[in-house]
Amino acid sequence: MRPRRIVTPEKAKAGDVVEIRAAILHPMVTGHGSGGPNSVPRDIVHTLIVTYDGAEIFRAEMFPGIAANPQLTFTTVATKTGDVVFRWVEDSGAFTTETRRLTVEG
Amino acid sequence: MTDGIDRRTVIAGLGAAVVALPRGAKAEGPSDLFRAAERELAKGRTIRDGRVVLDIPRLAENGNSVAVAVSVDSPMTAADHVRTIHLLSERNPIAVIGRFHLGPRAGRAEVKTYVRLATTQNVHAIAEMSDGSLWRAQGESVVLLAACLDGG
Amino acid sequence: MTPTRRSRWWMGPLAAAGLSVFAAVGPSASEPTPLVSATRFLSDDLRAEQQDETRNRGMLWVDQGADLWRREPAPSQPSCAACHGDAKASMAGVAARYPAVDGTTGRLQNVEGRINACRERDQKLAPLAYDSDELLALTAFLAMQSRGRPVSVATESPAAAAAVETGRRFWSERQGQLNLACTHCHDDNVGRRLRGDTLSSGLPTGYPAYRLEWQGLGSLYRRLRACQIGVRAEPFQAGSDIHIALELFLAARALGAPVEAPAIRR
Repeated sequence: MRPRRIVTPEKAKAGDVVEIRAAILHPMVTGHGSGGPNSVPRDIVHTLIVTYDGAEIFRAEMFPGIAANPQLTFTTVATKTGDVVFRWVEDSGAFTTETRRLTVEG
Repeated sequence: MTDGIDRRTVIAGLGAAVVALPRGAKAEGPSDLFRAAERELAKGRTIRDGRVVLDIPRLAENGNSVAVAVSVDSPMTAADHVRTIHLLSERNPIAVIGRFHLGPRAGRAEVKTYVRLATTQNVHAIAEMSDGSLWRAQGESVVLLAACLDGG
Repeated sequence: MTPTRRSRWWMGPLAAAGLSVFAAVGPSASEPTPLVSATRFLSDDLRAEQQDETRNRGMLWVDQGADLWRREPAPSQPSCAACHGDAKASMAGVAARYPAVDGTTGRLQNVEGRINACRERDQKLAPLAYDSDELLALTAFLAMQSRGRPVSVATESPAAAAAVETGRRFWSERQGQLNLACTHCHDDNVGRRLRGDTLSSGLPTGYPAYRLEWQGLGSLYRRLRACQIGVRAEPFQAGSDIHIALELFLAARALGAPVEAPAIRR
């Protein structure tokens, strides 16, 4: 599992739109080495899936044009108390997961 | 402190050692790769200008990392929302930079990230709506090289 | 002779405004010579990222460092925390005093050297390589415990004073195919543009830094090495006497300036 960093509020009121920032430490090797295309194999994090209380709320498909150590900022509506689960998937098949509990009042 | 060398001599010396003009200061037009990616995305639909705001710096500090923010004017209800925000590059070796899938649970149609730009170019943010319509904003970013060709 | 550094009353508000300028008084100058951090020359967005811990990409390494601090590196070997406790308390302001002379060995060490000395002596582990993710994580974590605090290296001891002088000579001597000394850019041409960059005073306070050119966090050594390659000189080895002496000179020159690590740099 790679180092990752999530910034999200711990509490929100029902109906609030909360901002979430998710970053993962990964070089995002493009595959465009000095020897030409594919001289170095591509090795990137290609997907981030985020679920909230079991339902998908955000999915990013990433390509080599995303900068190293990809950081994504997006929003979601606070509905009810539940786990926000982040799953990054790499070209190798390796994945990294992280969970944050969002407590929703009202 | 110094040995008396004057500033003009130093700067001239540096200028001789490195290329005088910044490379890539003027944007070239969209590549065939971009046109193909745009066609594949559109699937025959018209991409209209509007509803999308793309924030990208006019001058990129370094092409390795350019901050991009996209927001789309949409109520984000079940009946009317942004399904996907596509980021396309006119001059990168791969035209599609990313696709961000949202939906009514997003609350707002917004995404921010950092992208790589191979050279000065236009970047396109294309929003695909729940009704199938496509909307676009584009912005140019000028990519300069860093000063010390250090490679280290 | 080390120049006298004095903190001016107006530096606090300026630093707070993110301008990162402070004044130093040289031995022969009657007017203060401003030393300018590269933070001053960042775009608004990059400066905002540097100052916002929720955005700063260097924090990925700081977090990793916090984990490593608490983790036992090998079964039956103590974690850093086992001896040093909560770093927020025990390491507060420590990185701002480095490079420092080790009380036991009498050797001048930077933070990386001190971490590795602990590893070898107390954890019976091999030293970590410069710019390995692990060493970067620990140095970033320790730097974080000094963030905002003024650089406060000690330079009076014979070992430290000698190192400052060695570092100062290096700073002033021409090197490389471009035949330039550090002082030519970082004293004489501060604020001038060099292609896409603006020359700063070459303060060490931002390091380890997230550098866009590196697409990741890197050490002060890596940046010094890059400068040497930039003037086509043979770079010194990591951990060598001249390397550590230069780090101490840079810190002494920056006395009073706030630690900014992990900074964002181009």
